[in-house]
This record gives sequence, structure tokens and C-alpha cells, in this order.
Amino acid sequence: MSASARRPAKPPLTEDAILLEPILHTGPKFYVTVAALLSVISLGVYAYITQYQEGLGVTGLGRPVYWGFYITNFVFFIGISHAGTLISAILRIVGAEWRRTITRSAEVITVMVILFGVGNILIDLGRPDRMLNVIKFGRLESPLLWDVCSITVYLTMSTTYLYLPLIPDIAILRDHTNKYTWLYRVLALGWTGTPRQHKVLEFLIGIMAIIVIPVAVSVHTVVSFVFAMTIQPMWHSAIFGPYFVVGAIFSGIAALICAMALIRWVYGLGEYLKDVHFNNLGLLLLVMCFAWGYFTGSEFLTVFYGNEPAHMSIFWMKFTGPYAVHFWTMVATCFVIPVAILSNKRTRTILGTVIASLCINIGMYLERFIIVVPSLSQPRLPHAENVVYSPTWVEWSILAACFAAFTLLYVLFTKLFPIVSIWEVQEGRENSVAEVTERIQSYLPNAHTPAPERDKVGVGQ
Amino acid sequence: MAKWGMTIDLDRCTACQGCVTACQLENNLPPTGPKEAHAGRNYTWMEMIPFEGEGERPKPIERLLPRPCLHCDNPPCVKVCPVGATFKNEEGIVGQIFTRCIGCRYCTTACPYTARYFNWVTPEWPEPMEDHLNPDVSVRSKGVVEKCTLCHHRLQNARDQARAEDRPMRPGEYTPACVEACPTSAMQFGDLSDPESDVSKLAHSRRAYKLLEDLGTEPKVIYLREGE
Repeated sequence: MSASARRPAKPPLTEDAILLEPILHTGPKFYVTVAALLSVISLGVYAYITQYQEGLGVTGLGRPVYWGFYITNFVFFIGISHAGTLISAILRIVGAEWRRTITRSAEVITVMVILFGVGNILIDLGRPDRMLNVIKFGRLESPLLWDVCSITVYLTMSTTYLYLPLIPDIAILRDHTNKYTWLYRVLALGWTGTPRQHKVLEFLIGIMAIIVIPVAVSVHTVVSFVFAMTIQPMWHSAIFGPYFVVGAIFSGIAALICAMALIRWVYGLGEYLKDVHFNNLGLLLLVMCFAWGYFTGSEFLTVFYGNEPAHMSIFWMKFTGPYAVHFWTMVATCFVIPVAILSNKRTRTILGTVIASLCINIGMYLERFIIVVPSLSQPRLPHAENVVYSPTWVEWSILAACFAAFTLLYVLFTKLFPIVSIWEVQEGRENSVAEVTERIQSYLPNAHTPAPERDKVGVGQ
Repeated sequence: MAKWGMTIDLDRCTACQGCVTACQLENNLPPTGPKEAHAGRNYTWMEMIPFEGEGERPKPIERLLPRPCLHCDNPPCVKVCPVGATFKNEEGIVGQIFTRCIGCRYCTTACPYTARYFNWVTPEWPEPMEDHLNPDVSVRSKGVVEKCTLCHHRLQNARDQARAEDRPMRPGEYTPACVEACPTSAMQFGDLSDPESDVSKLAHSRRAYKLLEDLGTEPKVIYLREGE
């Protein structure tokens, strides 16, 4: 059995052997990392057990601030999950050749982080034991049901979209390694790399790349609808759908840059994740900075100009009140600092883009927080008690555990599958240079060569 | 079909909070202290809302406004519930199914009157009170949302009584505990769909107004302006 599984006929991977290194060899650093992450996760598990037994009273929540960290986490993580699928799909569709080494790491973020988005909603439930009531008694009138539907579709789609381009690489693993052969044999689905298989695969990837875009947009739109559909001040806003989508792509790209930098450093993949990738993503991030600034500016100017008392009390809470520190830090980290770094070619280096990305991720978490909490802190009716929300150790531990668990899943993925797509890099090396030359020639006037077939179809590559 | 509603006359209300206490005893609301109150963890289905009254003195007069659930005809909380744990019945009462609620607290954030409460912990009563809970009202578990039900159990009791005596239910037989306890008769309760009922007449008087009326929630608890 094992003899037939090994195919000695395949040429050994010489050029891209380094991409299999993380799977083949495991050093002590890996175990140290896993142990550290597991200890943070166990703290979070302990915190959740405490909350499950005692009730949500162990959190800092109260009336009227019924939602806090968990809902912020939910919006934040779902936002991060836009990194992968959306960016990868767009880069594939436009045929951006520099995408080849980064799409995998982006798609993994989507699938892994969305679990924590959903997880935080479940953690937030007062009666998690009754969560299946959402299916048993589900009411489509509730925006939460819209979330359930679109996130389920999104999770399925983005998992498929991660898996499809993984198949040829799994086949490479099956043929070139001795580890987990049974797993790779099953997952490779009998891939042998025939032209027909390639055609089918590229067709499916192309279809998925197109379908997944509206699904991704819909997910973050309905996440915003959870807030925007209520009549609470500074939530009830038509801008929220696109604003959340822009914020999601923004924080998603930032998360992708951080992940890529880590992979590059830990696995020594400087040859694959080059300056040009960080530079290009940095430019994309800069564009999103301005888009985010535009939406934020529109949102606050509209509220300020309208000057409705219920809205203004929230507005001033953010501008000068108890959430001013959060607000102005957000403005600095989401706009001022990244724009300063990214608009200058000399600072748009790997280090520069990583610093900008870290800032943006902090800022976007704060953005989600000051969307959720201040609107609840000042209800329309006056309140006898001035309740100020401050999260307890339970909420902090669970937040830390979510980040740790996400990192752990990501690390484990890189130990099982190549984090840079081997076959796509090979394909780029073997075919795309000629194809791109041909394509560019076809753009020029008096071109004699016909446009290549893939340009018309617009899929694959 | 009756449409139950309430009027609260702010000219008569002395802010004695008798309604608050009556509600707590009637509906098995666990007693809480200042610590819980400061954290926003107290249970007051009927709550006194501080507001600035009109006045020509140097400073406007501080007022208190009793606020039960307003039993909106267009309730924002019912719309958002993912599992149908909160509903408006055919008589206009906005109820809560404690055994179905998943505790997502979407309704509590959607209610513009903050009239919904969440069980942050398992409710507890001190020693003697534990044995004197109202058997007509279920004790809620931790993790579910609860709210004023207009003492719906009293409606059921009154209806059962009338059925047993083989007669229609008479006006005044069903009264929530807060209305019953009010020493100055500031609160009136009855059928808003009956134009001859006291509550209906008061609800259509010149002094009548609704809380946050511009939101279009159509509350069935109607206030009577003071000072006329």
C-alpha cells in the first residue's frame, strides 16, 4: 500500500523544497510556541467555565451596556476574516501575478478567524445550552438570523475556496513526504495533475473566486445590520453596511501583512514573500486608509451637523467624554500613523507596513468597541445609575485566548500544509512569464498576436 | 378583543415608589443592593426615571417618572428576537418566554426605553423571603431576559374565575400589581379598545402623551402631563 502511494516517478522538488520544510521538520521552537499558546488558551477556557457556571455576572456588563467585549470581538474577527477570501479572490480575478505566494496565507486567515467570530457570539449567550433554538424557532425577521445564514454560507464557501487550490499541493505532499500519507491521500482526491484535472480545478477556482465576493460583502453588511436595524442613536445609520465592509477589508489586509511577516521570519521565506508583496499590499492598505477615513468622516459629520440630542450625547461621549481616549487613539492608529508611513516610499518597507498594520489592527478593535459600547451607555431615557462598562479578567482572558487559539490553528496549518502555494509558484515560473508577455503585447496597438484565451475567460491563472 | 393599556397621571404621582415595590413582590424580582444597582444589575420592571420637569424657578424641578414596559404596539424588541422568545399577543401584551430565551440580549439593546432586564446571575432571596415567592409567577434562571408582563398571570386568574362562574370578565377584575398599589390612583388600567373605559377616556384627553412618541413605537402606557 505504502509502495504504491509513493510515486518515485515524480521529479523531486528542488526549487521549492523550502516550502515543505515546516511540514517535514519540527524544532523545539514549535513546541515552545504551542505550549505558550496552549497556556493562554487554557486560561480562556477556565474563564469561560467560570462564566458558564456563574452566569454573565462575572463580566463587566450590566444594564444598559448589555453588549461589550464579546460582541466587539465578534465584529472584529469577522472583519479580519475578510482578509483572505476577498483579497485573494480579487487578486485572482484581476490576474495579479504577484498574488501567487500570498493567497494561501490569506485564505487560511479567513477560515480560522471566522470560527472565533462565531465563537464569541456563542460565548456571549446567556443560555448557550439553548443555542439550537435559533434553528428550532428561528425567525427570519431578526437580523441575527441573517448573520447565522450568511456566516454559515461564508464559512462553507471560504473553506471550499481554501481547499480547492490546496489539492495539487496535497498531492505533492502525498508524493514527496512520508508523513501523514493517509491524510494526504484522502485529501488529494486522486490528483495526478493531468491537463483535464487542471482545467476542472482552474474552472472551479475561477467560479468560487467570483461567487465568494458577494458572499463576503454580504457577511459584513449583515453584521452591521445587527446594529443598524435597531433605532438606537448612532447605530441606526444607512452608512453602516458599506462602512463595516470597508473596515473589514482594511483590518483584513493589515492582519494579512502581520501574518505574512511572521511566516517570512519564522520559516525564512524571504525569497517568496518579498518587498514587492509588502509594498503592493501596503499601497492597497493606504487606499483603504483613505476609504476608512472618508466613511468615518461622513458618519461623524452627518451626526454633528444634524445635531439631534440623542445622537449628540453619544457623539460627545466619543469626542470628549469617557471614550475620547479610545476615539482619538483610533484616529491616530487607523489614519494618521498608517498614512504617514505608507504614503512614503522609503518607509513603505516590510517593517514599515508591519508597524502600520499593527497600528491599524489596534485601531480597528477600538473602532468596533466604540461602535458597540457608547451607543448603549447613553440610552434615550435618562438613567438613575451612571453605569460605566469595564471588562473583567474573564473577558480579557477570553479575548487573549481567542488570539492564541487563532494563532495556534494557523501554526498547525503551516505544519500540515504548505503556507505558500507550491503549484501556483511553479505554474508562475513555468507558464506565466510567457503568458504575461503575450498578454501585454496584445494590449499594444497593432498587436499581431491574439489575446490569450484566459484573458477572455477571466478565470484561473 | 381587549387591548390592555395604562395611563399614569404625573399630576397625581407622588413618586412614592409603591408601584416599584409592589411589582418586585408580585413578580418575584430578586432584591438587590447598591453594589448591584451601581453595576446596572438591579431588577426593576417598574422603574423611576429621573428627568427635569418644566419650571420657572432658577433651576428646573427634578422629577421622577414611573416607567413599566410600555407594551408598544410596534415593539422594536419583538422584531429582533432570533428565536421568538418575545412576542406581542393578540391583546397587545408584549410577553417573554423565559424557557425559550437564549440570552443574546438583542431585545435589551433594541428597546429604546431600556425596559428589559437580564439575569446576570442566578437570582437569590434572603432567608424568609425565599418561602414567600408568588407561586403564580415563574422564577427565572440565570442567562435569560425578563420584563414587565402587565401581570399577565392576573389576567389568567381573572379569566379563570369568570369562566368558573360562567360569566364574562368584568372591567376592573384584571389589574396589575403596580396599579393596584398606587395610593393616589395616579395609574389607571383597562381596555383601550373600549371607548367608554376610564383608561380610554384619559388616554384621549388633552394631557395625554407618549414617551419618545416620535420613534413610532406606539406605547400602550400613556402619560398624563402635569400642571393643568
